[in-house]
Amino acid sequence: MATSKTVGVPLGASLPSSAPAVPATKVTPRHSALVRVTHWITTLCFFALLVTGAELVISHPRFYWGETGNVLTQPLFKIPIPSSRALVPSGYGYVLPDENGWSRYLHFQAAWIVILTGLLYAISGFFTGHFRKNLLPGKADLSWRTLSTAIAGHLRFARPSETEAWSYNVLQRLSYLLVIFVLFPLVIWTGLAMSPAFVSAFPATVNVLGGQQSARTLHFFVSLALVLFLLVHVAMVCLAGFRSRMRAMITGRAGTQKEGA
Amino acid sequence: MTDLSRRKLIIGGLAATAGVSGLAVAARLAQKYGLVPPDHSGIYGLGETLTYASQRLLTRHSLAREFSRSQISKRPLANELAPPNEAFKRLQAGGFADWRLSVNGMVDRPGSFSLAQLKSYPSRSQITMVQCEEGWSYIAEWIGVPLFHVLDAVGVQPQARYVAYFSIEPDWWESIDMADALHPQTFLTYGMNGDELPVGNGGPLRLRVPRQLGYKSVKFITHMTVTDSLKKFGKGLGSAAPEAGYAWYAGI
Repeated sequence: MATSKTVGVPLGASLPSSAPAVPATKVTPRHSALVRVTHWITTLCFFALLVTGAELVISHPRFYWGETGNVLTQPLFKIPIPSSRALVPSGYGYVLPDENGWSRYLHFQAAWIVILTGLLYAISGFFTGHFRKNLLPGKADLSWRTLSTAIAGHLRFARPSETEAWSYNVLQRLSYLLVIFVLFPLVIWTGLAMSPAFVSAFPATVNVLGGQQSARTLHFFVSLALVLFLLVHVAMVCLAGFRSRMRAMITGRAGTQKEGA
Repeated sequence: MTDLSRRKLIIGGLAATAGVSGLAVAARLAQKYGLVPPDHSGIYGLGETLTYASQRLLTRHSLAREFSRSQISKRPLANELAPPNEAFKRLQAGGFADWRLSVNGMVDRPGSFSLAQLKSYPSRSQITMVQCEEGWSYIAEWIGVPLFHVLDAVGVQPQARYVAYFSIEPDWWESIDMADALHPQTFLTYGMNGDELPVGNGGPLRLRVPRQLGYKSVKFITHMTVTDSLKKFGKGLGSAAPEAGYAWYAGI
């Protein structure tokens, strides 16, 4: 541990492509242990929240805008799926089983764990310089020319260069920052805005969103945005080399072996 | 073993010991100050306890949002109900003149109240939202007597911690802690939107708990018990909701 600094590979964006290939065991991990652990806890919680959230939507697959909404009022839109409640005119001749009890318990438990994990990640990210060093794009990277080159490269499905195994490209940095500092806070906020007890103490949290049903609809759309991120994220991991990227996020080691796929 | 790893081991050990004893102390304190919900055991106990404890600390006295008259839903949705039982039908045939609410348990003067008696107390109204766990909602004006009036009348004993309340329909009961029971918006409701409370919305008597989801607002209330422990009711989980797999505390 004490010697790792001397042979560590710098994590900055300016890493030369001729980085020395050092034995994997002595290398500074590609991702710190804290990043790896919080990443996988978040992954687990996200799947729990996604499955249970979908289950809860099934009990009322209609969305509204404003304070109130029910089967007697006009929805903003409906999802054309069967429902777990006979009350909902789904157009299907059957009612799905009610899974809301455990879904609600698990949804809120996973929410607590992911929020506490996220807090740990965010606070340590500020103190260790993780956000500044690894996620904040350099000034030069934000020019239109670099951005359009990066976007064009992604659209051609160009394989990432060797350096990208050690550092995030500008599009990765921007999308991770968006997820961490915009989408996650928004999904927590819109979730809390649906809680009758929470909004009794902090009514502004729901009032500024336009009402309790608006909060529910926004919660749904922010969740969809997170699912979209997840799909692209997993697709990019596969394109960049599933085994090496997974190894980096699980063990911390990366880039020293040739990718098989 | 290098100095550094030994130091890490010692610090880690101390941190773990502090963490475990910190948790034990937190659990003790939470139990003492009534921050642990009755359905805390089982795999979801952590999330439920965190929710209930944090909201009890944040919302003990906060008021549910009230709305303007223009925001009242044109058609208040009456959720699906099983056909009423024989006892209900008999009372309904008599215009609910013989409907009684009995209150017992840890009270000085156990008693039974007719609807007329409840209506003789100062009546209050609130325009609040009913929010169903399924996702739908409506706003209505609710008219009734705050529960604390009735609890004052029967004289709640100091060791009381919960009020359990029962519908005339079997296996339909809930309970709330004293913070909710004494809350000014917790009403024994007999009227809605300037009229009698319709049967579909819980008439003739419904306990409204507007800071929690709709399922805590049990319809057709006939009985209440003030208690210091929910262990001896039903399966000991606090109410019918956890027995059916739903959380006891529904403030979310």
